[in-house]
Amino acid sequence: MQIKNTAKEYDVIIVGSGAGGGMATKVLSEAGLSVAVVEAGPFFDPADPKTMTQLKPAFHSPRRGGSTTRHFGDYDQAYGGWEIEGEPYGQIGDTDFKWFRSRMLGGRTNHWGRISLRFGPNDFKRKSIDGLGENWPISYDDIKPYYDKVDKLIGVFGTKENIYNEPDGFFLPPPKPRLHELFYIKGARKSNVKVIPSRLSVLTKRINNDRGICFYCAGCAKSCNVYGDFSSGSCLIFPAQKSGGQIDLYVNSMVRTVTTNDEGKATGVSFIDKDENKEYKLKGKVVVLAASACSSARILLNSKSKQHPNGLGNSSDLMGKYLHDSTGGDMMAFLPELIDRKTYNEDGVGGMHVYSPWWLDNKKLDFARGYHIEVWGGMGAPTYGTGFNVNSFNKFFGINKAGGYGDVLRADMKKYYGSTIGISGRGESVAQKTNYCEIDPNKVDKYGVPVLRFNYQWTDNEIKQAKHMQDTFEEIIHNMGGIPLWGKPGKDANYGLNKPGWIIHEVGTTRMGDDPKKSVTNQFERLHDVSNVYVVDAGPFVSQADKNPTWTILALAMRSSEHIVEEFKKQNF
Amino acid sequence: MKRRDSIKTIALASFGASLFLESCYGVSREKITRSLTRYEYGRTPEETLYDDKLFAQKFFTNDELLTLDKLCNLILPPNEFGSIRDAEVVQLIEFMAKDIPSYQEPLRNGLAWIDNESQTRFDNIFIDLDETSQKEILDEIAYYDPNHNMNDLPEPVQWFNLVRNLTMTGYFTAEVGIKELGYKGNFPNVWDGVPQDVLDQYGLEYDKEWLDKFVDQSKRNITAEWDDDGNLLT
Repeated sequence: MQIKNTAKEYDVIIVGSGAGGGMATKVLSEAGLSVAVVEAGPFFDPADPKTMTQLKPAFHSPRRGGSTTRHFGDYDQAYGGWEIEGEPYGQIGDTDFKWFRSRMLGGRTNHWGRISLRFGPNDFKRKSIDGLGENWPISYDDIKPYYDKVDKLIGVFGTKENIYNEPDGFFLPPPKPRLHELFYIKGARKSNVKVIPSRLSVLTKRINNDRGICFYCAGCAKSCNVYGDFSSGSCLIFPAQKSGGQIDLYVNSMVRTVTTNDEGKATGVSFIDKDENKEYKLKGKVVVLAASACSSARILLNSKSKQHPNGLGNSSDLMGKYLHDSTGGDMMAFLPELIDRKTYNEDGVGGMHVYSPWWLDNKKLDFARGYHIEVWGGMGAPTYGTGFNVNSFNKFFGINKAGGYGDVLRADMKKYYGSTIGISGRGESVAQKTNYCEIDPNKVDKYGVPVLRFNYQWTDNEIKQAKHMQDTFEEIIHNMGGIPLWGKPGKDANYGLNKPGWIIHEVGTTRMGDDPKKSVTNQFERLHDVSNVYVVDAGPFVSQADKNPTWTILALAMRSSEHIVEEFKKQNF
Repeated sequence: MKRRDSIKTIALASFGASLFLESCYGVSREKITRSLTRYEYGRTPEETLYDDKLFAQKFFTNDELLTLDKLCNLILPPNEFGSIRDAEVVQLIEFMAKDIPSYQEPLRNGLAWIDNESQTRFDNIFIDLDETSQKEILDEIAYYDPNHNMNDLPEPVQWFNLVRNLTMTGYFTAEVGIKELGYKGNFPNVWDGVPQDVLDQYGLEYDKEWLDKFVDQSKRNITAEWDDDGNLLT
């Protein structure tokens, strides 16, 4: 299936195979179109025992699952990370933007948290509410039918809650909360913070005969070998191949540019075959970019021509601008009540079983936009780092002595195992024109392709939101009878606000809109400037909501792909 | 056990010390590579190259490995569940010293320090002291005030903490340690909530209004169907 250098003209070339690329592959190939999927990383199937890490105990790794080569540990299924050898990116001024890339079939969908939240009606019209940023050119009603279809196609558990800005969907039933989550519920409710069952794309119940059901190993970050969770390969691309789609997969193939003709229309892509270190060209009637918000912007900015001197689709000069990531803040605590726990298997699904959607009205607060709360903890699988500073919690009992050697260490290990809880806020930032990625004119990667550099500063809104997170978490932890493990970060540390990019929700670089002067793509994610180039990753997001972006990437990609099919029917390509 | 035999014991179970093994005992490289197959952890070709490179290097001297073996055994003496040798703790420390090079200097300096200390006080190197003398030295570096920043404490205390951390993580991430800890997961099963006796212990219960919403594990294999309002029918 891995063909190189062909004279064939595809109907559609899809660049990238994550959430957006996978959905485009499925919809377009099932409509009978011939599709080339060009992926920068290798082929990956979660079911392949050779690459599988699910169910591996720590001692199958010589570093016991440590994080030297993969940021989230040896067993995390993301090939890449914050740094990729030979593929650098730069920073402007004191910017410290973290860019996480995963190069493999399925991209970052192989390891993500599976938190699958719909954007609500307010999330598409934030400017109308607080005057900041920009409204989307579409509303919740435009995208609702696609969310519904995504729910049924891929599967997501959750509960009907009838909360206006947290729309319900077609949910599978959720798993019961774990012990530390029951503590969280108690603590949060005391502070009037609402808690509801999580909404994760994990199959707690069968949805079809091609995919297995969750067997509760907490291993979603390892990508499920029975396809019990959503990843783009297992749930979109492989089923599309199975149903007879004309799909050619080009792996280890890094797209450099979108090629154009004299009329300025796209003719295909040029890519570097990483195995041979040679460049090839593919011809296509339509090019769909789904390489991730920043990678797609990079490809387009690098696709300069006489007709498009500022980069392809960049007449607005907004390509790369309005880049924004979720805000993030965390607090970790010790729960004295949970020492010397009875042990039992509480793995559950890979992620939290309950969460708190945004519960306040910003009119009464000193910052814009909200955040949701995630919770983690419990008796997790031992991995590298387990047992470090085993009895430093002694200090919480007024014992100013820790360390030692001998059997006391075994006793302390068991005493404190599973006694911590973590709370994380993931919130919405306000998109800024001054936060952007652009091509660094002086730097190329090991393939000779100009690289990106970033300019990004948080504003007061995000910093005050982070302060609100810390104050809220402190109160909830106090309500639980917990003791925070470290002091609250102050103003000098932006109240613990994570660096931009750290939450891996970067969006907005090719934002959509009706006005070609104020946006890069239209509501069908098509470049205003070029009628046969689409961007179906998170680049077209106008604002990011306090929701994780994947479910919206999928719904938009489905909507845009159906639009492409309609355009083909009208013979517009 | 004679020193040479105990080196053999450490090395035999380890690919980390493979070159040492190859040179000392003439075991073929092919045989060593075969012993590696127990590490099955889904590497990419690039990662395999990197880890192979580490395996092929040797950091600690044989004397250092012996001292580490003794220290780790004092930190976690064998019990009915297992030993630091079962858990291949010294091999892990050898590997991590290569994987995280910033460990190298403090680990090596500490090993030199404890032999110097042993010489000064008892006129012999650490592993040749009786256990009472060994513990006398450890007693002075093994404890710390957890309210202090570790980096502000004397270097020997920091060093012993590092060795203790690596020993603990090495043991409790190994098969014997995981069993002793009582971690029962990473295994296909069906989660149906916190056991009742545990809920009772903490005076907790599941919300009555939530109970109907949770997954009915007896119906998990029945394909989901919904009405038009998203109500699950099956």
